Amino acid sequence: MSQHSQVGGKDELITVQPLYTPIKRRSFFMYAGATAGATALVLAGCSKDDTNNNTPTTGTVSLGSGDVGVLNYAYALEQLEAAFYAQVVKTPASDFQSTELAYFTQVAAHEAIHRDFFKAAINRDAPGKAIPGLTPNFSSINFSSRASVLGTAKAFEDLGVAAYNGAGKLIKTAAYLVIAGQIVSVEARHAAYVRDLLDSTGKSFAGDDQVDPTTGLDKAMAPTDVIAVAQTYVMEKLDASNVGK
Amino acid sequence: MDLFKIIDQLAEVDADVLGRFDSRRAIFGSLGTAAKRSALAATPLFLGALFQKAYAGTTGTTATAVEVLQYALALELFEQDFYKKVQASALYTAASSTDKAAIDQIKKHEDSHVTLLQGAIRGMSATPVSGVTFRSTVFASLVTFKTGTAATSQLGIAQLLEDTGVRAYKGRAGELLGTDLLTVALQIHSVEARHAAKIRVMRGQLAWVNPADDLASHPVYTSGVTTGSNPGQFGLVVPAYTTASPTENNTTQSAVPITTGLGTTYTASDAAAAFDEYLQVAEVLDNSRAGSLIGA
Repeated sequence: MSQHSQVGGKDELITVQPLYTPIKRRSFFMYAGATAGATALVLAGCSKDDTNNNTPTTGTVSLGSGDVGVLNYAYALEQLEAAFYAQVVKTPASDFQSTELAYFTQVAAHEAIHRDFFKAAINRDAPGKAIPGLTPNFSSINFSSRASVLGTAKAFEDLGVAAYNGAGKLIKTAAYLVIAGQIVSVEARHAAYVRDLLDSTGKSFAGDDQVDPTTGLDKAMAPTDVIAVAQTYVMEKLDASNVGK
Repeated sequence: MDLFKIIDQLAEVDADVLGRFDSRRAIFGSLGTAAKRSALAATPLFLGALFQKAYAGTTGTTATAVEVLQYALALELFEQDFYKKVQASALYTAASSTDKAAIDQIKKHEDSHVTLLQGAIRGMSATPVSGVTFRSTVFASLVTFKTGTAATSQLGIAQLLEDTGVRAYKGRAGELLGTDLLTVALQIHSVEARHAAKIRVMRGQLAWVNPADDLASHPVYTSGVTTGSNPGQFGLVVPAYTTASPTENNTTQSAVPITTGLGTTYTASDAAAAFDEYLQVAEVLDNSRAGSLIGA
């Protein structure tokens, strides 16, 4: 990340350049004020970049570079979570407790919204750069078992939190950072909720295994480390090596 | 304080950070024996010095970073004092062991956040804010542990504080854009969200902010400056406030109508719950929110 000029070659640099344009915080607030007439936040200048470098040719999906890479990274993770919860709701575990299916139905909607939002945002701000729909591989999950579903949900949510926490500083555009912040706290709420379902101590929602007991900090993970874990659940090979660069 | 872990975490997201710390070897080599190293690593001042070294001269963001850290510290001190008062109360004593364990876990994190932020601020050559407490008269009016409304229950207030904290950290993330301090702020932010979720579940609410919350109409979940405040107290620098932030029931994100604009129709409740919203400093410290709860 210290060598932007070396990453992706000249064409890539030109493509990504508008994403580096900072938005003054105050002007962002004006945009973000839910004004009816507010137009797309950023990146009108990107609309002519139609080159899609991310089409898988050999089963490998590159998430891309710069802010688009971060957005695609989030889009990939949200696709995974949304697909997981859609299956949870479609074939609920027989031993779910009373309110759990209703809760997971809401979580499934949140994640589907995140997925669809990222797809829409990337297609608007960087047309042609969105990764394709991914093919989930959930063969290791037993959807008929509450324990398997909750264990997987916990792993996915904690991973999502660590992913957003680690990706935040890679984002160059304030508007995107705010969106990421708006989503990561919802993921953290999901994580705490699922952990609480599995807990008898009262502490697991922010347990010492996840929140460092000395610093009080949640986990943060780099994109390549997150993808290495997530890869187990995706058929396509994901390449996160240039995310944020 | 596990400094090595912090540095490793910083390095995970920014390979440059080690370069800005001179070099890992030079720093730790210069610290002498393992015992001395361990003692230093446990000192917030040392952590702060590292932050100062890491951020000196990086595009003039140090002053802004200190302002953001002071604000974060003020809110953490406020939360810390609230939970301290809870732990000292008879209502807490009478609570279940798991509920007490949850409060203890949250208090432990607030203590850690205070220590971490104080160290970082000192290291950036500033004096940490102090004396930010939860108003005693308000606390004395909390007559139940978790049942009842926010106005009368400890956990009702706890939910408001935690959900406010989540909004407050979001509100200043943009000022730390591209810095390693942002990562630390995010790592605190998601812990606050976990706290909020737990408190909500303890109260019988959903873990996520939604229009069916019993407290949905409270100003903590709306926005705007309404009843006046003293935001400059404790020497905090308050960024200019011009436009109200989105409310928590907002269903438009980045000009995209979430309910109808994504190809699939989503309910307003799901659209609102899927995104938390930020608050600006003037709004957080408004008397309709934290402002009236801060005091002696």
